[in-house]
Amino acid sequence: MKRKNDLMLFGVILLAALLFWGYSLITRTEGSTVVVTVDGAEFGRYSLLMERETEIVTEYGTNTLVIAGGMATVTEADCPDGLCVSQRDIRYEGESIVCLPHKLVVTIEGGLSSEVDGVVK
Amino acid sequence: MKPRRISLYGLLIALAFVFSYIENMLTIPMWIPGIKLGLANVVVLAALYLLGGRCALFVSVVRVVLAGLSYGSVTMAIYSLAGCSLSFLIMVSLKQTGRFGMPGVSIAGGVAHNIGQIIVAAILLETTALTYYLPFLLVSGCVTGAAIGVAGAEIVKRAEGIVRSL
Repeated sequence: MKRKNDLMLFGVILLAALLFWGYSLITRTEGSTVVVTVDGAEFGRYSLLMERETEIVTEYGTNTLVIAGGMATVTEADCPDGLCVSQRDIRYEGESIVCLPHKLVVTIEGGLSSEVDGVVK
Repeated sequence: MKPRRISLYGLLIALAFVFSYIENMLTIPMWIPGIKLGLANVVVLAALYLLGGRCALFVSVVRVVLAGLSYGSVTMAIYSLAGCSLSFLIMVSLKQTGRFGMPGVSIAGGVAHNIGQIIVAAILLETTALTYYLPFLLVSGCVTGAAIGVAGAEIVKRAEGIVRSL
């Protein structure tokens, strides 16, 4: 009985994950803008179409953001775990790369890229 | 508290602490932040079944604080603490229902741990960006939780007699 419930719980969670994933696959759209926030405040937004390499230097540390081939990725970071570097490239709306130690979030947004070309605060 | 109990608690905390250390060394580069085996949860789970909720909570919290201070940062400790607290609450309540075995309780704990971390990240970073990782974290929490639960059940089976005799 307990074993059956355990298996059911396992199945239900996997199914939920699958549904979530399927939903995000179906609804995903190509993004156009890379938005960088540090500690909840916007650091800058860049077009996904323009190739560039940006050093994000904050009080928490430094991350290097590279935009190339319509994708964004973090190539270098001086944080202790370096998880943001190993996270995969992002290109679809809503996808993100997160560096917890540096409170850094890189998110893809949609919308027209021409309006937001390389605006840096 | 009896001296035997005190030393038992110390032993469990040390064990969980060592597991955290091993886990820390094993960090596999992943493109999903927060995927972990949750080795230390074996100790918490075993403590929950062998010695009760209070002991498990104690071991869990002390372990997180110690590990956070030793190999992580304060921020990481906050994340783990949130994950562990939610995980603990869910595990205790599921165990109370009496309808689930250790693997089931552990699966729920693993998933709750990941959800707890996403919630804290959402609050601290003021972003919902991490919900994108939810499906992957659900699967990883489920799989590692099951493994930890099966291992925990074996440990409890073998250690029950020893703990009773203390």
